[in-house]
Parts: sequence; C-alpha cells; structure tokens
Amino acid sequence: MAVLTEEQSMLRDSARDWVREKAPVTAFRKLRDGAAPLGYDPAAFAEMAAMGWAGVVIPEAYGGSDFGYLSLGLVLEEMGRTLAASPLIASSLAAASALVLGGTDAQKQAWLPRIAAGEAVATLAVDEGARHDPLQTGLSAAPAGGGFSLTGSKTFVLEGMAADLFIVAARTSGARGEADGITLFLVPADARGVTREKRTLADARGYAAVSFDGVDVGAKAVLGAVDQGYPLLERVLDRARAGLAAEMLGMAVQAFETTLDYLKTRVQFGQTIGSFQALQHRAAKMFTELELTRSCVEAALSAIDAESPDTPQAVALAKAAAGDTLHLVSREMVQMHGGIGMTDAHDAGLYLKRARALETTFGSTAWHRDRWGRMAGY
Amino acid sequence: MADFGGDAEAFRVEARDWLAQNFPPAMKGVDLALTVEEPTGDARLWKARMGAKGWGVPTWPTEYGGGGLTPAEARVLQQEMARIGARNPIGGMGVMMFGPTLLEYGSDEQKQRHIPPIVRGELRWCQGYSEPGAGSDLAALQTKAEDKGDHFLVNGQKVWTSGAQYADWCFCLVRTDPNHKHEGISFLLIDMRTPGVEVRPIKLISGVSPFCETFFTDVKVPKENLVGPLNGGWTIGKRLLQHERNSLSGGGGTAGRFASGTPLDQLAKTYVGVDGEGRIADPDLRSRLIRHQMEAKAFLLTLARAAAESKGNQSPSNATSIMKNAGSKVGQDRAELAIEIMGSQGLGWEGPGFEREELEQVRNWLGGKATTIYGGSQEIQNNIIAKRILGLLDHQ
Ligand SMILES: Cc1cc2nc3c(=O)[nH]c(=O)nc-3n(C[C@H](O)[C@H](O)[C@H](O)COP(=O)(O)OP(=O)(O)OC[C@H]3O[C@@H](n4cnc5c(N)ncnc54)[C@H](O)[C@@H]3O)c2cc1C
Repeated sequence: MAVLTEEQSMLRDSARDWVREKAPVTAFRKLRDGAAPLGYDPAAFAEMAAMGWAGVVIPEAYGGSDFGYLSLGLVLEEMGRTLAASPLIASSLAAASALVLGGTDAQKQAWLPRIAAGEAVATLAVDEGARHDPLQTGLSAAPAGGGFSLTGSKTFVLEGMAADLFIVAARTSGARGEADGITLFLVPADARGVTREKRTLADARGYAAVSFDGVDVGAKAVLGAVDQGYPLLERVLDRARAGLAAEMLGMAVQAFETTLDYLKTRVQFGQTIGSFQALQHRAAKMFTELELTRSCVEAALSAIDAESPDTPQAVALAKAAAGDTLHLVSREMVQMHGGIGMTDAHDAGLYLKRARALETTFGSTAWHRDRWGRMAGY
Repeated sequence: MADFGGDAEAFRVEARDWLAQNFPPAMKGVDLALTVEEPTGDARLWKARMGAKGWGVPTWPTEYGGGGLTPAEARVLQQEMARIGARNPIGGMGVMMFGPTLLEYGSDEQKQRHIPPIVRGELRWCQGYSEPGAGSDLAALQTKAEDKGDHFLVNGQKVWTSGAQYADWCFCLVRTDPNHKHEGISFLLIDMRTPGVEVRPIKLISGVSPFCETFFTDVKVPKENLVGPLNGGWTIGKRLLQHERNSLSGGGGTAGRFASGTPLDQLAKTYVGVDGEGRIADPDLRSRLIRHQMEAKAFLLTLARAAAESKGNQSPSNATSIMKNAGSKVGQDRAELAIEIMGSQGLGWEGPGFEREELEQVRNWLGGKATTIYGGSQEIQNNIIAKRILGLLDHQ
C-alpha cells in the first residue's frame, strides 16, 4: 500500500466501511437478478456522491474536492472488491477528467458541479467496434449552420443507459486510423437524433449502443480544439484506464482472499485443501502477482497526480499488469472452488465475468503491452 | 530525490568533502567487493581509507569500527558515492550476513575480535551451512561438534561452501545434540587454517569454481568460538539467512544487475534486425521482450514501494516476501532472452570469434541459475509465502 496522507487513509477507510455495509456482492447480485435498467442502483450512487466520491478529481471551484487520482483509485479499489456497480469510472473519473482537462469555463460550469453532486451522469462515447481502438473513430461530424451535424454510432458505451451527457469522439476530417481530424463533442443524451439501446453483457452492467442520426450541435459543444481532440482523448482515456486498473486490483485482491478462505476451510483427504503444495504454490504465485500489480497501479495513479510525462507508460503498465493478474486470479478462483465455483449461486462466476469485461475495456492487456512496447522503442 | 531532513542533508556536505579528498579517481566504476586477489595501488588505498573510516559498513556501531551513520545518512553516502562512480570496496559474506548477525548475538569479546577486521575488509568469511544431506532441509545437518572440555572436536562435511578456498574463517552450523533436530544445532566459528580443515573446489556449469566441498576431520575449535548458547544455533542461523535473503533480493544490487549490459531492445535490433517500421523483426520475440521489460519495471516499482513504505513507518510490507522470487525470475528471464537474441554467438564459450559481451552473457546466464536455488530455493520461498504470509497449513 502506498504511503498515504491522513485524508487518503480516511477516504479509503470510509469507502471500505461503506462498501461492506451498503454494497456487498449480494447487492450487485440483486441488481443483476432484477435486471436493473441502469446496471446500478441510483440511490446507492446518490449516497456515494453525498460522501464526495463523485467529485474527487474535480476542482473545488466546480464543486469537487480535488483530492486527486490516487485518492479516487483508493475508492475504486474498494468498489472493485465487492463488484459495487456505479458510474464512478464513466462519469466521476473519465467524463469529469475530459471536462477538467479540455473544457471551457462555461462547459465546466454547466456540467462539473452536477457531476460532482451525482446529479448528472456523463460518459465517453468512443469505440465503434468490439475492440478498443480510438484511432478508428469514424462517426462523422460535418459542419452545419455554424455548428456540426453528427452521424454514426458508438458501441458498448459505459453507463450508456444512464448517461445525461455523452462525450463523443467524432471525425471532423481525415480518415479512420488517423489521429488528426478527431474532435470531441459534448452531446446531451436528450438531443434530437440520439437513440440508445441496452447491450447486456455477461457482467450485467449498463452498456448501451448509441446512435447519432444527424444530431445538430453548436460550435460551443466542441470540447477542446477542432480536429485536435485525439491528444486530449488519450489523456482522458489514460485516467480512465488507471481507474479501471484500480478497480481490477480490488477485484483481484478480493477474489484471491475469498479463494484463500476456501483453501483454509474445504476439507478433502482428511485435511484442508490449502495444505496441498500444488495449491499453495499457485496461491503464492497469485500473491506475488498481486503485490507487483499494486506497485504498478499506485505508480500510474501517482504519475497522473504528479503530471509526470511518463504517465502513458505507467498507465499502460498498470492496465496490462492488472489485466494479467485479474485474469489469473479469476480463473483460479473458479478452479480452486471445484464444482461450487461453477454454480451461479457462488460469487466466483460474478468475478470471472466482470474480470473479462474490464480486461477488454479501454484496451486489452495485449493492446497495452504493445502500446508500452512502442513507447519504449520496441 | 527524497528529502532526508536537515541533519542528513548536512551530512551530505561532509560526505562529499571526504570523498573528494579520499576517493582515488582511477577507482571510478571499479568493483572490489568480489575480487579475490589482494588489491594494490589505488585500489589498496581506497579500501584502506574506507576501512579506517568505517563507511564500508556505514550503519555499524563506531565502537567496533563501523561508520555509526543513521540509515538516512547511509543513503546520502550511497548517493554521493554513486554520483562520482565510487563503489564500496568492503563486501563479502562478513559484511552482508555474518557481521549483522554477530552484532546481534555475539558476546562483546567476539564482536571486539571479529567485527573490526570485517569493517576493514581484512578477513574473508564463508558460510558452512549446507551438507550433502542437508540442503533445503537445512536442520537435517550432521556435521558434529563434540564437547571435549576446553574445545569442540568437529567432524563432518559441508558442501557448496562459496569462497571456502579463499576464506580465513567459516561460520558453521554444527550438530551438538543428535537427539533434537532444531534444538541440537549450534553456531560455531571455525578458523579455516586449523589442522583438519580441507577444501576441494567444485566446478560449476558456468566453468568457474566459486564454491567447495569442505571437510572437517578432528578439527579442534576453542570453546570461545561458540556464538550464543549451546544448542541455540538454529535461531541465530535463521537470522543470518534473513540477512542473506535481503542482500540477495533487495536494494540496488538487483536493480543494478538488470540495468547492466546493453539494453535488450538494442541487442535485439542489432542481432535480429528490424522490420520496415524499425521494430524488432521477430514479432514473437518482440512481444516476449516487451512482456519481460514490463515485468522488470513492475519489480523495480515494487522495490521502490517497499522502500517508501519502510520509510513511511508502515509495518514491514508484505511486498518484501515476494522479492527473492520476483527478482530472480526477472534476472533469469533477462539472461535467457539475451542469449536467445544473440543466437549461436550468445553461446560462445571461449577463444576467438566472440565479443567480450557475448562471453559474459553466457556465464551470466549459467551463473544466474543459482539465484532460484540458494538463499532458500524458489519453491521454499513459495512455501514461506503460503505458510507464513497466507497462513496455509502443513500437509499432514
Ligand atoms: C551458487 C551457489 C552458492 C551456494 N553457496 C553456499 C554457501 O556459501 N554456503 C552454504 O552453506 N550453502 C551454499 N549453497 C547451497 C544452497 O543453500 C543449497 O543449494 C540450497 O539450500 C538447496 O539445497 P540443495 O542444493 O540440497 O537442494 P534440495 O534441497 O535437495 O532441493 C532440490 C529441489 O527440491 C526442491 N525442494 C526441496 N524441498 C522442497 C519442499 N519442501 N517443497 C518443494 N520443493 C522442495 C528444491 O526447491 C529444489 O528444486 C550454494 C548454492 C549455490 C547454487
């Protein structure tokens, strides 16, 4: 665990207590079983926001606490432990970062206080295919009446069913595959021509496919500079990826602890299965990977807070390490539980499904490894 | 760099001045700690000065000749030495393992006698733990020391005794009670020149002979060479192993080893070639190299995190328990990749046709295999994590 300030320790402890009491895995299970339309419980999110968690990376002038990314990461790690569902990553982290980094004062005034208060949910609408690839942005934004007209579609938008605001990556010039020509737009979900449809994945969260059918927006809807949105988008995505990595770390830690408990209680051949060395060494390997991953995740979040030029490398490392480790632990969780791990009544399946969803979100492990390699000159 | 606070920063000036006056510039980058021959010229001067100052063992108490510095001051000294390329000329098992253990468990006479020569780098120590029948299960050791009134009579065999052929002294675990496994072991210091001590070097796969079989035949050892209580050697011996593991896995040593030599990406671009985009031509090798480099980075970040946590007064971090396995894996992977990249040139053994780096890599690769065997093998480390950290039970 990183060396924390007193405020950070308090934040982590209160997140831990709240999550255990108000958002245990059973709470998520209930949401899933009830096919919650948004994929999370708005009342629970309102409580999180009331505790200030929706405003951790938002400046005080706009209603946040400006505690920073390592701080928000601590909260996300606790959320990950119990699979707590909320728009913290999509809205309070990713979209909030986009506005903080790229917004005009008017844009910030319009959205950040409401995001910090949990009154509005905002999200990034970036990917258009099954795999993350922001350079492939093709949704077109054509000049129209002093503003732009947006046409195209986005897939697997996080919290897309709940969102009040989409931050849309669109193409104002150039071709798919090019960084130049990508522009970010703020598009309210109730704008004319916006339609959305729920996409139900194995992890039962609130994804949506969103269509933009000649959606007219004014010039003031542009976030950042026309045609030059890609560098901003990358900075925003890296913040989101670091947060995802923190959530994944929390999940992996809990999946491991649950499995370890089982190794200590399940008896076969007259002894606890945790006394079998074949399982002990796999447990030691998981523990080792968790420790290494924690270092990477904390380093990435700290790099963002320090505005370090190494942030992209640090984030790629964190997302890849978290991806590998969560992948390993979630598989072992099922395996080491034997038959009971295959049942829907057990939590192992919930962790396994959520793990794969996060592994692929905003760049798979392989994608980030390749990215890291390119940055390192490989 | 971290701020060490006023006092340590004041010490920086002192360290810098002293080094400016005492470090022979010709010694820049020269590592004496592991050399076997007695140094001459500037090397001898540098060693003597550091030895007299006690800064080779900066945190050891001054009453036995040590530097008497605080850990913060010692870090400052390390930084100042690194800044000018000065390497610590005082090293070896006496410094890394035996000294700290004796300071904790030895009598005052023992410390007065044995610590100052270690501080000055005058005497070499070797470790007489392993035996043919006692490796991972160290407490199965059989070399016996019989009480003969004024001395112990030692008979038996040790093996894998690193540096025994150059050592002046050996710290040994011996059996003083055959009826109790752990409680029948004592910690004994044996002068390697005593009649009855015989060493035979063993050749390793890397071609060198850094260690020996050591035989003891009716070796008389004075009673005063017993450290701690009779039959109380196991606790002391284990404490020493902790120092061994820390020095094997922690700190700059490991990090330095990864950084040394040509970076793997450059090596690969030279030996394997590049594609149209200027990237390593073999995509499978390229992706394995990236994976390795990321693992190495994760390990270095974990070293840094553990150091920050120990400074931040958090209880010793769990992270330290994984260092030996994680660090040795990164080191071995690196060596395997290096020779793979260099193809047949990377297997060059001796003679013409090979660059110095090629001949070094092959020995690095082979020598590095020991890192998952000694100091508690990889499997033993995993046992320790499983049992002590994770609380899993022994198999019945
Ligand atoms: C280069 C080098 C230098 C050395 N220097 C010294 C020295 O100076 N002084 C000294 O005293 N010793 C020294 N050693 C010895 C070293 O400490 C031993 O090699 C080590 O303790 C392992 O013992 P062993 O070789 O008998 O292997 P064994 O203990 O026989 O192990 C063989 C294999 O079995 C595995 N194994 C053993 N027990 C278990 C278990 N409970 N569970 C799972 N797997 C297990 C091991 O991990 C290993 O893979 C050195 C060794 C090397 C390689």
